[in-house]
Amino acid sequence: MKKIFTLFLNLAGLGIFSLLAQENTENNSGQITGNFQTDAQYYIEDQSIGATAVKEYMLVNSWANFIYSNQNFSAGFRYEGYMNTLLGYPNSGGINDGIGIPFRWAMFSKDDLEITVGNFYEQFGNGLVLRSYEEKMLGVDNALDGFRIKYQLFKGINLTGLIAKQRYYWNHGPGIIRGFDGTIQINEVFQSLEESSLRLNIGGSFVSKFQHEGHPLYNLPDNVAAMSGRIMIRYKNFDINSEYAYKFNDPSLDNSYIFKPGQALLINTSYAKKGLGIVLSTKWVDNMAFRSDRNASLTDLNINQLPEITKNHIYVLPAFYPYATQPNGEWGAKAEIMYKIPKNTLLGGKYGTNVSLNYSRAHDIKKTQINDSTPVFPPASGTYGYNTKFFSIGDKLYFQDINFEISKKWSKKILSNFSYVYLIYNYDVLRGITGHGNVYAHIGIVDMTYKFENSSALKTEIQHMFTKQDEGSWVLGMIEYSLPGWFFTVFDNWNYGNPESKKHYYSIGFGHISGGTRIQLSYGKQRAGVMCIGGVCRNVPASNGVFVSISSTF
Amino acid sequence: MNKIILSLSLVIFALSMFAQDVPAVQLKDLNGKTVNTKSIINNNGKPVLISFFATWCKPCIKELNAFNENYDDWKEETGVRIIAISTDNSRSSNSVGPFVKSKGWEFDVYLDENGDFKRAMNVGEVPHTFLLDGKGKIVWQHKTYLDGDENKTFDVIKKVSKGQPIK
Repeated sequence: MKKIFTLFLNLAGLGIFSLLAQENTENNSGQITGNFQTDAQYYIEDQSIGATAVKEYMLVNSWANFIYSNQNFSAGFRYEGYMNTLLGYPNSGGINDGIGIPFRWAMFSKDDLEITVGNFYEQFGNGLVLRSYEEKMLGVDNALDGFRIKYQLFKGINLTGLIAKQRYYWNHGPGIIRGFDGTIQINEVFQSLEESSLRLNIGGSFVSKFQHEGHPLYNLPDNVAAMSGRIMIRYKNFDINSEYAYKFNDPSLDNSYIFKPGQALLINTSYAKKGLGIVLSTKWVDNMAFRSDRNASLTDLNINQLPEITKNHIYVLPAFYPYATQPNGEWGAKAEIMYKIPKNTLLGGKYGTNVSLNYSRAHDIKKTQINDSTPVFPPASGTYGYNTKFFSIGDKLYFQDINFEISKKWSKKILSNFSYVYLIYNYDVLRGITGHGNVYAHIGIVDMTYKFENSSALKTEIQHMFTKQDEGSWVLGMIEYSLPGWFFTVFDNWNYGNPESKKHYYSIGFGHISGGTRIQLSYGKQRAGVMCIGGVCRNVPASNGVFVSISSTF
Repeated sequence: MNKIILSLSLVIFALSMFAQDVPAVQLKDLNGKTVNTKSIINNNGKPVLISFFATWCKPCIKELNAFNENYDDWKEETGVRIIAISTDNSRSSNSVGPFVKSKGWEFDVYLDENGDFKRAMNVGEVPHTFLLDGKGKIVWQHKTYLDGDENKTFDVIKKVSKGQPIK
């Protein structure tokens, strides 16, 4: 295997050189591009924070993409290696450990037709019935493997059809996914409307999964269909974007094998003009988990993705308590105002000042008993489960976030960012445990940057979180010095309010960047918690040790 | 193992000698209209700067703010066109338009909701910036943003607009 791989690489290298020789003449020999990343951690045991060492001493996640493209044809693959998988990534029983090529594809496109065979990612609408994607930092990859055809029937009318199985670590999930999506952009279809200030797009999706499983008790449906319709209307500065999805009965581990159909509604509205943006959103979800294996859990084999509408916090302390969509039932709403106080005003100063206010809230939905003898929770397997009224809002609060942010540039040299965040986090629901209760947290953040003449800069961050629940209050200080191509950071996150023992989580690190290549080395401690990107979360264990990351795009 | 490393470096070295084309991928503009990447990178023989960002990425916003403040001067001196590609998924993609307007950014912004363009350009994390020469070839790229990086970016744009070598 190794010999073959080396041979392949040598051939590839030689091939490219021979192509280079031809480059001065007319070059139709195509191009190869790619990227590479390796993340390695050396683990040190540290009982004070609950960090463990590993038998291997060091764990490494690596991958590289290669894409060959030549006019209408392109093909590629991703070589991945987990030797062994970093702690905290999905790897139950070592299922993710190993090396191989789990992702390979070829695509041909000509005029209005595009055909993909092998692996691909796809999203229909907002993803309520189908979203296949990859998020390396979370270890999520629900890539499809099969066939996809995209066809532009007419200018403004696009159709997509696919049939595929889903990646499940180094194998495939048991289900077969069939999907069809159509979009019509009215202003493109009718030329007379091309410049109209009223814009209208409509679309619809149909997704069906097949999974045959002889069940001893229930007559489970082999085929489960889900469908959605969506509309986007834009008039001048106003915009409405909405999607409704319906899923036929789909007994699964997620919903405790009940036979109730699922529904979801998402409405986003906005108003935007120069210097001002307003967003109002709401969503309602009932029983909409949709996987290509009804017995799968966690981040495995999701066919759809139900997006959160809460703010995605990036500063460390507010990200301690992230929200995640509850597919078995939730209502949510968000209001956001972003405003730039104009230049040369009292509050705007010389450069203008950006302010934003964001409020979001999530509740359960109202569920009632189907009969006197069947409880709503836990749902009774093999029954309809419960009744619910469309868009009903329950009394139980899942999450609330009020945050306010001011970004101000004082001069060419001084930039600052001030934030205040107040979170209410239903720990029991969002972490799937009982008896912990809500966390109420107030967080203040001051982020200052001083730019020197020679393109170097000093950045400092002070964050404080006040809470009486969970691990108590925290204070975080960070200093980063950067000069072209280099950065050096020191930070300490002090859990001074911890009733059991006050803990320091310090870290020191540096990095080097050159063009498309980045190298980072750090030593320090990381708190156990939840890390979320793009609406999906994973548990990160406490760790202490040396972390190295190297990535390059070529 | 050494053989593999040697071979891999041979491949990468060989690859790095190419000036690459921008792949053809469908994006959405902020009006919800589908556009092809090939059609948005035309700048009449002048350089184009493509910057991948997300509304939740602080360094990305700092970088694009810095670009925006200098955009008029840069355009005047080099004719460069800046294009920002939002990698926000459907959690925040509906907020990108209002976000961009509220910042007052003057350059065009496109949505790459499921990361098709990001993957085709081999972008791992944002921000990641590419510079195209007047012929639409990728001649320079830069990962991450550190305060002050815009000075280097502008130096490179100036060289490319004059047809000078970058290094």
